[in-house]
Amino acid sequence: MGVGIKVQKLNAWYGKSQALHDITMEAPANHATALIGPSGCGKSTFVRCLNRMHETVPEARADGKVMVGDLSVYNGTTAVQIRRRIGMVFQKPNPFPTMSIYDNVAAGLKLNGFRDQRRLDEIVERSLTHAALWDEVKDTARKKSGASLSGGQQQRLCIARALAVEPEVLLMDEPCSALDPISTGKIEELIFQLKEKYTIVIVTHNMQQASRVAEFTGFFLLGRLIEFDKTEKIFTTPSDKRTEDYITGRFG
Amino acid sequence: MRTRFQQGLDELRARLLRMGGLAEQAVDRACQAYIDRDLARCHAVLEGESQINVIEREIDELAFDLLALQQPIAVDLRFILAVTKINSDLERVGDQAVNIVERVIDMVELPKVDLPVDIPRMAAAVSAMVRRSLESFIEGKAELAQAVLEMDNVVDRMRDEAFISLVKVMNDNPAVTRQALDALLVARNLERVADHTTNIAEDVIFWVRGADVRHNANPEFPAPQEISETK
Repeated sequence: MGVGIKVQKLNAWYGKSQALHDITMEAPANHATALIGPSGCGKSTFVRCLNRMHETVPEARADGKVMVGDLSVYNGTTAVQIRRRIGMVFQKPNPFPTMSIYDNVAAGLKLNGFRDQRRLDEIVERSLTHAALWDEVKDTARKKSGASLSGGQQQRLCIARALAVEPEVLLMDEPCSALDPISTGKIEELIFQLKEKYTIVIVTHNMQQASRVAEFTGFFLLGRLIEFDKTEKIFTTPSDKRTEDYITGRFG
Repeated sequence: MRTRFQQGLDELRARLLRMGGLAEQAVDRACQAYIDRDLARCHAVLEGESQINVIEREIDELAFDLLALQQPIAVDLRFILAVTKINSDLERVGDQAVNIVERVIDMVELPKVDLPVDIPRMAAAVSAMVRRSLESFIEGKAELAQAVLEMDNVVDRMRDEAFISLVKVMNDNPAVTRQALDALLVARNLERVADHTTNIAEDVIFWVRGADVRHNANPEFPAPQEISETK
């Protein structure tokens, strides 16, 4: 089952430049939460703070309270522990190019010392099934490399890889921006199914995508969370003029 | 702002205003035709209806295109939905004007009789509602739309009074039943026009404020009687 995410007064910096200002919001368990906003508004920085990827950038730092279920992300927990519970999918599909489809999915588990082959087979099949890719690759998963798949399949492979370590939260940073409409449709359908087991936070520039897949939407601007509400409220009657100006294309 | 989209919205707005102008003109002409027993005005209303029907289709097509091609959201989506509904109401207003002149054409063939019903007063009230509902759309002001909603009760009362007095005329003097029935139907047509203007006003409030006030549905935006009770 997914767990909820609670963020309180999260601030983040790149060197002296503050990228996030006092972000407070909750992403409810087993729902999809979309983050929208113009480029450079801080939405990607925000999701990278949730799994402590932000701190991998030189001179980047963050403070505030982030709870993923009962786990405090910035207090007494290692980044590795966090990332076991929070999977991430990026804008561009990034399978390990020299590995087979099977090994791509099994990589995280093997790195953690998992050696039970029979159990590994089960998890790989289950992960690929949850990522809606199993039927397309079940006969070739051990032979073909991840890089031989189409862009949409590669992205679903990356989702399967993230799911294999059984996270509770899945972060998706513009997961469909490099995909055609058919592959995008499959990923969006997948997001809907994944909500049953995981909590999803998705960054997207595509308004229609946010409105199609997410129950909640947050609008970021200049490092601040301007508005957070149910998706239908944001896209029909947003409360803040800046939100309305952005989503209707009157921004700037 | 997306220029082509804004041009589309401007075009939609301009066509609806044209539609509103024609519907308003049709009601005014029909009312004047009743008052003056003027067949020329009746024919003008009948001829004008086809133009209203043409613009109704044009507006729907344009709105359909904008929805399909631009995927509007928030205030733009509310605007387009409101325009399509107002469009239907204005077309129905035009139909009611036609219904009125059909009664006038019938009446003109009959001997003129004095009836205890003040159709000119009712027509003036309904014309004002049509005008103000269109003003609320032009100005994008929910307050003006709210004022239209508050006028509806007055017209309803006039219709009820007309019904009571005209039924009495029919009972007391069956010889003028046809004229009384024509007047009664005109009163009903006018009341229906008023109902359409309240729909238009509700759609303007939906567009401007995002509040659905139909059937007293939205407690955040109280219906007229609730406002007057709290005054």
